[in-house]
Amino acid sequence: MSEKRPIISTGGRGPAAGGARRTLPMPARYAINAIVVLVLLVLGELMISGGAINRYQSTVLEQVGIYIILAVSLNIATGYLGQLPLGHAGFMSMGAYGCSIFIIRMSEFLGVGARDFVTGTPMAFLIVIGGLIVGGLCAAIAGIIIGIPALRLKGDYLAIITLAFAEIIRVVMLNIDDVLGFELTGGAAGLTGIPGFSSFLLVFGCVAVVCFLIHTMMKSRHGRAILAIRDNEIAAEATGVNTTYYKTLAFVVSAFFAGVAGGLYAGCVGVLQPAVFGFMKSIEILVMVVLGGMGSMLGSAISATVLTILPEALRAFSEYRMIAYAVVLIIVMIFRPQGLLGSYDFSLSRIIERVMNRDFPWRKRNDAPADTAEEKEVSADV
Amino acid sequence: MFENISRRQFVTGSAAAMLGLGLVGCGGNGGGESTEGGDASGAIKVGIMGPHTGDNSSYGLACLNGAQLYFKQLNADGGVNGKQVEPVVYDEKGDATEAVNAYNRLVQEDGVTGIVGDVTTGPTIAVAKASVADNMPCVTPSATAADVVTYGENYFRACVTDPEQGRVMANFAVEQGYKSVATLYLNGSDYSEGVNAAFCEEAEAAGITITAQESYAEGDVDFNSQLTNIIGTNPDAILVPNYYQDDGMIVTQARAQGYDKVFLGVDGWSGIYGGSENYADAADLHDCYYCCAFSSSNESEIATKFVEDYEAEYGETPTNFCALGYDAAMVLANGLAAAEEAGLEPGSEDYKQAVIDGIASGTVEGVTGSISYEGTGDPVKSSLIITFAEDGAEETFEVLEA
Repeated sequence: MSEKRPIISTGGRGPAAGGARRTLPMPARYAINAIVVLVLLVLGELMISGGAINRYQSTVLEQVGIYIILAVSLNIATGYLGQLPLGHAGFMSMGAYGCSIFIIRMSEFLGVGARDFVTGTPMAFLIVIGGLIVGGLCAAIAGIIIGIPALRLKGDYLAIITLAFAEIIRVVMLNIDDVLGFELTGGAAGLTGIPGFSSFLLVFGCVAVVCFLIHTMMKSRHGRAILAIRDNEIAAEATGVNTTYYKTLAFVVSAFFAGVAGGLYAGCVGVLQPAVFGFMKSIEILVMVVLGGMGSMLGSAISATVLTILPEALRAFSEYRMIAYAVVLIIVMIFRPQGLLGSYDFSLSRIIERVMNRDFPWRKRNDAPADTAEEKEVSADV
Repeated sequence: MFENISRRQFVTGSAAAMLGLGLVGCGGNGGGESTEGGDASGAIKVGIMGPHTGDNSSYGLACLNGAQLYFKQLNADGGVNGKQVEPVVYDEKGDATEAVNAYNRLVQEDGVTGIVGDVTTGPTIAVAKASVADNMPCVTPSATAADVVTYGENYFRACVTDPEQGRVMANFAVEQGYKSVATLYLNGSDYSEGVNAAFCEEAEAAGITITAQESYAEGDVDFNSQLTNIIGTNPDAILVPNYYQDDGMIVTQARAQGYDKVFLGVDGWSGIYGGSENYADAADLHDCYYCCAFSSSNESEIATKFVEDYEAEYGETPTNFCALGYDAAMVLANGLAAAEEAGLEPGSEDYKQAVIDGIASGTVEGVTGSISYEGTGDPVKSSLIITFAEDGAEETFEVLEA
């Protein structure tokens, strides 16, 4: 247990450096993080019910949460797997439609009214959770279908083929009703009648669960294999990593969580039109990941937050948003090609351990080599 | 060329930048609040929202201009019950998420008492769903989907629905004695498909044969193959329920193929000739008829005055959407007047309900005809049938009363 970290570290002090370095046991780390997440959720909910955050602000917060999930899930495919898919909006729309159709049909079937979703009866809650999982599965199936042929390609070719697949999904959503001859997606008029089930607690609960799952996956054997493929595919294959399997796995997991985010989006907005899930939506999500730092969960989350709140805060200048996007991206790419946070990830346990070891950044380090090099912490505790 | 900066430098730098921005933002906010305090003297705030940038901005801006013109005139005439009306304008870029944010901001931060908006269908549905919980009176100038007014009694529209336009044109076709009609619609457009479906249903019920229903995809510019099929079935008229750019090309190509009979259209045709660009030759526009709520050729007194005022204000001829924006503002102001007369406290639940009741029971003489409501958010109003003179100018062919 004490050998948990560092996982891949260059330049950082190894465990041997300071002699008996005190560490936190694993259950304590999880407990501390779980408590922090719970406190934040309860605090947010109390502020909303107490009126400190009005509905406008809480709706924007929900969108922040949705974009965090999207960015963090795309980060699996771009940051950890090292590919460049441009079709994330396609998976999002699969999830959004899958989730909404499931929820609409199930609530009709079980006789759950639209009010129950607002008040939050147990039955409505179960349907919503089921809907989100169904949405995720729909997106994951699309991910398998797209991933198997697409991941044989690399770089630009992969970008183009995923972009094309996302467009195919969009056009299918648009026309499937006419072709099959029954009501499913509502076509161009859009899918309406989706109950407004997204709430602050649900969205940020999902954010916490998604971040936890992605984090644990990346720390497991499977996550290591994915990182190995990113760093050197040939070497990974030579050491016995099944590259096709792991590439598809990363892609599908990325699609699954994008589908969950799509489901939350449907519950937040209440109407789905295929036109929303166009090419620009995929680019918007990719910009968040690239800006935050490919391979950094915290970076994705921060840039998703900033890029969602910024246009709202600057509503008066919102027509310049796309220009601002371009300028910010160019500046970041020139001065900081690895993104805001690079591949750094925040770890609460690491900070606590530093405090326990009296190992503060401002203390002179005599006993260890100065860590001048960029920390290459690939993944750490949330 | 550039030296890459480290993470710590970057984080420090961005933290400094954010702090600076935050201070500026707080300063800005403080200023905003103080002016808000000044407004409390009794101005009535209303929201206007729509796509003012992006693909649908031509509709959003037209509605915005119309609505702002109305509120300006209203204020010049003394406002509602002696109170000035202060419009708060937000752009939602044609995106449903942005529209919900703009709506919430109007209600929660700006404290409006009514909203003119939204303009296009998808965002309007999202806003309509969000507005039910607040019972916020809203009037959409132009969202035509049936769903929009079904969520609560607080949503009204100033225009007629797509299916309604289809039925109007079907009745017109019956009246003119056409025996067979073909249609050419845009696949994947709820507007075009909605009109087409309603037209075909109504026309077939009235004994008209639909000889062909052809479709095309977004962005097509060559319609010759569809037109060849259609003309091969020798219809008395062709229904083209699309926007004017496509309609212009379709008419031109059909005339080039030698088709010289009737074209039927709906309000998307508005603007096909005249304005900044002519989308079809005047010579090709003979025997074309379309229905719409407003035309600058309409010679009724109120419409003539509106056209003059609009041209004086903005220096251009108003379109159908400008007129609908103007009328939507008028409908909302009518509701506000009812609530003000009852002497209620602005912002209270009773006030909102009084505005809604005022709209539902009132009748306004708008520039697009007399608008009243019969228990739903759908208006009962007249339609114009427009045709074209030899020089391409629009002429009002007849007025169909509701």
